[in-house]
Amino acid sequence: MSFFNWAWDWVTTDANWHGEDSIPQQVLAHLGYSALPLLIAAVIAIPVGAAIGHRGGKAAVAVSNIANAWRSIPTLGLLTLLAVFLGFSPLTWLLPLVVLAIPPILANTAEGVAGVDPGVRDAAAGVGMTTWQQVARVEVPIAMPLILVGLRTSAIFVVATATIAAYIGLGGLGRFIIDGLDSNQYGPVAGGALLVVVLAVIVLALFAGLTWLLTPAGLRKQAKTE
Amino acid sequence: MMWSWIPGNWSLIWHLTWENAKLGVLPALYGLVLSLPLGVIAARWRWFYPPVLTVINILYAVPSLALFIALIPAFGLTDTTVIIALTVFSLCVILPNVVAGLRAVPAPVRQAATAMGYGQLRRLVTVELPLAVPLIIAGLRVGVVSGISLASVGQLIGVSSLGYLFIDGLQRSFPTEIYVGLVLVIALALVCDLILVAVRRVLTPWTAGPRESRRARAGRLVKVAG
Repeated sequence: MSFFNWAWDWVTTDANWHGEDSIPQQVLAHLGYSALPLLIAAVIAIPVGAAIGHRGGKAAVAVSNIANAWRSIPTLGLLTLLAVFLGFSPLTWLLPLVVLAIPPILANTAEGVAGVDPGVRDAAAGVGMTTWQQVARVEVPIAMPLILVGLRTSAIFVVATATIAAYIGLGGLGRFIIDGLDSNQYGPVAGGALLVVVLAVIVLALFAGLTWLLTPAGLRKQAKTE
Repeated sequence: MMWSWIPGNWSLIWHLTWENAKLGVLPALYGLVLSLPLGVIAARWRWFYPPVLTVINILYAVPSLALFIALIPAFGLTDTTVIIALTVFSLCVILPNVVAGLRAVPAPVRQAATAMGYGQLRRLVTVELPLAVPLIIAGLRVGVVSGISLASVGQLIGVSSLGYLFIDGLQRSFPTEIYVGLVLVIALALVCDLILVAVRRVLTPWTAGPRESRRARAGRLVKVAG
């Protein structure tokens, strides 16, 4: 039997949709475990990225190199290390996922803000905006499409990696995969994997919609005419 | 931290590091080999790229663990499973950069090559691809670094890599092992990253250029202004 047969059989088995730790419960849990680290990472990385991008110069160049090096931190390693010291606490799974989510948001925000047309910057300063207003009301909105690409990448990383966090006891869709691997049952393993993929694709679609909503109307028109 | 553990397990550590390097670097190279022809096609026939990009975005959203699992029925719990899955991911990060690099070649450069009597293939190989090298290597760097980091996840399906040190360290509550694994994964990724930066410098000597001192730049600006 192929992967899809296994996955389909398991997903369409009625018993898996009801009761303790059923599919709907784990899907909701997975979304919760993914949303929180993403939110924390965004709250940290967007302001820092915007500040670096606004200053420009060498820091803005360095940030993409740092973001790339940052990717080398293996989430599984960080997860197991924290689990050894803290046992299963919220910090054990939150910190690795936040660490994972920061680089794409940081790099894209810095790049987007640094790339704002200097003429637009001058205009913002010219109409008497303070530095704070320039960044928050002009530069960040213009950089929004790129920032959203960063957020999307991070969201997908987090949704995917929250699966691995099941190894140290976190709930969510990873439970099916890790428990299935432990008990040599390929059905839940394949089914869990399929559901994570479906969830990731839904996140992609969600961000396509969000990009359209959060892009300033003026930029949207511009993009169409170009 | 129990330093004495390291010399006692030297051969295990060396073996795992080598495995991890293989599982991380080979997929990036395969991804590059696949990306070049696809990128050339996508840069030439524009209609080809948007559907490819959509497929890539979706594939990149697939969690590595899920992809490993999907490949198990076909390839078993082997290196091949991990290498194929990671090749898909590296293709996802390298291909867009190949396309962007080729498209960024200025039209006058292309026209000059044609005017000098270059055929299409010669122009591609000796002019366009070399000019795209910086962007292609930027993609390759992301592919290698994240590949080395992701290879450790292969341990969850039993394919040996430095991830073994994470899992074993957690099961034995022995942080030393996890520290060693973390340091080696990060070091391995950074060494490969530096090698690629060096390769880029060698392949594109024109990008380095003589560093202009601040004084020389000021002098030039004054001349332009005057």
